[in-house]
Amino acid sequence: MDLTVLLVKGIIILVIFGITLLIATYSTYAERKVAAFLQDRLGPNRAGPWGLLQPIADAGKMFFKEDFIPSQASKWLFILGPCLAMLTALMASAVIPFGDSIRFDNYSIPLQAIEINIGVLYIFGVVSLGVYGVMVGGWASNNKFSLLGAIRAASQNISYEIALGLSMIAILMMTGSLSVRAIVDQQASFFEWNIFTQPLGFVIFLTCAFAECNRTPFDLPECETELIGGYHTEYSSMKLGFYLFAEYINMFVSSAFISALYFGGFHYPFMNEVGNALEKSMGAITGHNIATAIGFVVFFGKIFFFIFFFMWVRWTLPRFRYDQLMNLGWKTLIPLSILNVVITGAGLLYNFKYSTWAIVIVMVLMVVVSGARAPKREAIPQQV
Amino acid sequence: MTEFLSFFKSLTPTGYLFLFLTVLTLFSAIGVVTARNPVYSVLALIATFFCLSGHYVLLNAQFLAAVNIIVYAGAIMVLFLFTIMFLNLRKEDEESKTNLTKMASVVVGGLLMIMLITIFRAKSAQVPTVNAGTFSAKTGLVENLGQLLYSDYILPFELASVLFLVAMVGAVMLGKREAGDRHF
Repeated sequence: MDLTVLLVKGIIILVIFGITLLIATYSTYAERKVAAFLQDRLGPNRAGPWGLLQPIADAGKMFFKEDFIPSQASKWLFILGPCLAMLTALMASAVIPFGDSIRFDNYSIPLQAIEINIGVLYIFGVVSLGVYGVMVGGWASNNKFSLLGAIRAASQNISYEIALGLSMIAILMMTGSLSVRAIVDQQASFFEWNIFTQPLGFVIFLTCAFAECNRTPFDLPECETELIGGYHTEYSSMKLGFYLFAEYINMFVSSAFISALYFGGFHYPFMNEVGNALEKSMGAITGHNIATAIGFVVFFGKIFFFIFFFMWVRWTLPRFRYDQLMNLGWKTLIPLSILNVVITGAGLLYNFKYSTWAIVIVMVLMVVVSGARAPKREAIPQQV
Repeated sequence: MTEFLSFFKSLTPTGYLFLFLTVLTLFSAIGVVTARNPVYSVLALIATFFCLSGHYVLLNAQFLAAVNIIVYAGAIMVLFLFTIMFLNLRKEDEESKTNLTKMASVVVGGLLMIMLITIFRAKSAQVPTVNAGTFSAKTGLVENLGQLLYSDYILPFELASVLFLVAMVGAVMLGKREAGDRHF
């Protein structure tokens, strides 16, 4: 590998790292703005124009708070907990292909930190490690509520990982590769996006992504009414900040994976036509780079939509009860995802990609029939 | 001493990485045994698994490395940690380790060590030298592994999956709540 290629690769990694942190920072601002919008309020608007400096002010506040370690806590593990949470959150974005490739001279460098042939397994490994940050932190606090929160988080993450993995297996069967870039490349034309071939898998994946990120309606690990603050009850200052920040990074990374696995990554309709036109009018190198830049922007558009979707759901739906959460995970999502795998396999035997729509149609029919057969409720006239 | 130095000078970067990982592996493995607190033991074991995965990557067996992390570090050790946190073992439990159990564990551990050393020194277990003609760097990658598993080793592979199914059904049977059991 040439030195320039190595340099460009290093720059790409640093830029991805920076973008991840920047987006996570401004997700906190966006979350408060979205919440304000949904609740008919204004939201943060004092620090800077439209409150844009609010995240920086919050970070400053976090840094200057007292950094407190409980006297009976296991000190090193107490520090290790938030570090692990942050580390595993940041690691996952390494295998996301953010764009096609940059060309200069004779080189062509993919817009991705590392391209490995087991990208999907790498994601899965990193996701399964994410639970350690929470567990170590919760146990080290030496507080019963923290421990309970940590154990809840761990059992929730383990339960939903299974359905997450099974819904991903259906995609792997469609693509025949474990590399994320291969999965994205396979979705080049619009109606081959996995959202169209795997509608049920997408819903399962999305639900599990919510659970893995500990977002509402699955934010039971930090359920205040039952557990004070959950696993981070004893945390203060920037250690708490790391835990909260890791959640936003996880949100960004899951949005990126949802867009890459199901929404064609950096592909958009008529991409080839646009790319060819650009290359014809501006020359092979510049045109290609501009086409890559457009794909990059499109990919981020998809990511931002999903981040917004995460927030939208958070401020719309209430929290599940714990047994409902477990029932949904084990008794609904896992059997459904196994069925999804079986039907996908049966469809692929006959070279038919859209076979999982059968499940969707059957489910919709069942809902309609059960809705029609349910006893009608009389509308209660409103007392004036 | 000079021999030692020249050995170090002859190493490639991969060699240094291997030595570093090995030292780390050994230290974390020793940590598993010597830690007083079972939670520290489990964390040290997780670190050991990570170092082993590093070794797999050095051997260009990336699939094995990823699966090792997912299955052992990601699933089994989480359950270990889970159980230990629930049990909340305290210092008082130290007294249950009598001299007899300590002696027995030393004997068993020593026997195991002697066995392993004899196996490693046996002629038939020596690692063959690399034949540059037939060497393929892609042996450990997932495509080749899948080809092997689904052609030459299909029977053991399927039998292993049946074994897992049996174990799963057994676990469900054990965990099932009987009519008279108390609710938690």
